[in-house]
Amino acid sequence: MMTFIWVSLILILLSMLGLMYRVYKGPSIPDRLIALDAIGILIISATALLAIIFDTKFFIEVILLIAIMAFIGTVSFSKFIEKGEIIERDRNR
Amino acid sequence: MTAIANTLVVITISVGVLFSVVTMIGILRLPDVYTRAHAASKSTTFGVLSILLGVFLHYWLNEGFFSVQLLLGIVFLFITSPIGGHLMGRAAYISGVEKSELTIGDELEEVVAEAKRRAER
Repeated sequence: MMTFIWVSLILILLSMLGLMYRVYKGPSIPDRLIALDAIGILIISATALLAIIFDTKFFIEVILLIAIMAFIGTVSFSKFIEKGEIIERDRNR
Repeated sequence: MTAIANTLVVITISVGVLFSVVTMIGILRLPDVYTRAHAASKSTTFGVLSILLGVFLHYWLNEGFFSVQLLLGIVFLFITSPIGGHLMGRAAYISGVEKSELTIGDELEEVVAEAKRRAER
């Protein structure tokens, strides 16, 4: 059982490495944004597997935090790419 | 009982790991930013949901700990991850990333051009 969890963790870390190649080489900015969002979601999976490996319940609370932070980062980055600003000043447009 | 629980955990976690690896292959090999967004948003969502379900089953069946936070994380990821994919694809289209030459037809192009013309006026 533990061997299976270790193998899954190593496979997920290897796929994060493959996504880092797309972050490094991606031809446009939204390519890098998509790869970074996928890396954030894979970090959640790795945290869930580490919670089984270390046999603790306290890593589970980290999962929800990382999910919220990754979503906020994705939304603000894509809004910046789309409009050039994140928080707009004049609201009557 | 433990054997059934371990089988369920192994099946769900291996499905999740398989989908994560497929995500990596899709993002590395597909030709276009839109197809890459398609690969990223769907299969990472299903992969992480499956892995979190496996961890939830492990804590519930093997250790007797019903984790509400994992269920909340599953629901939150299931809602927000497609929204993130939609926003990234929209940002890529409006900022003008070119499509691959395999694309046939683009019905959004006239609508976006019309909206830009109306915004400038």
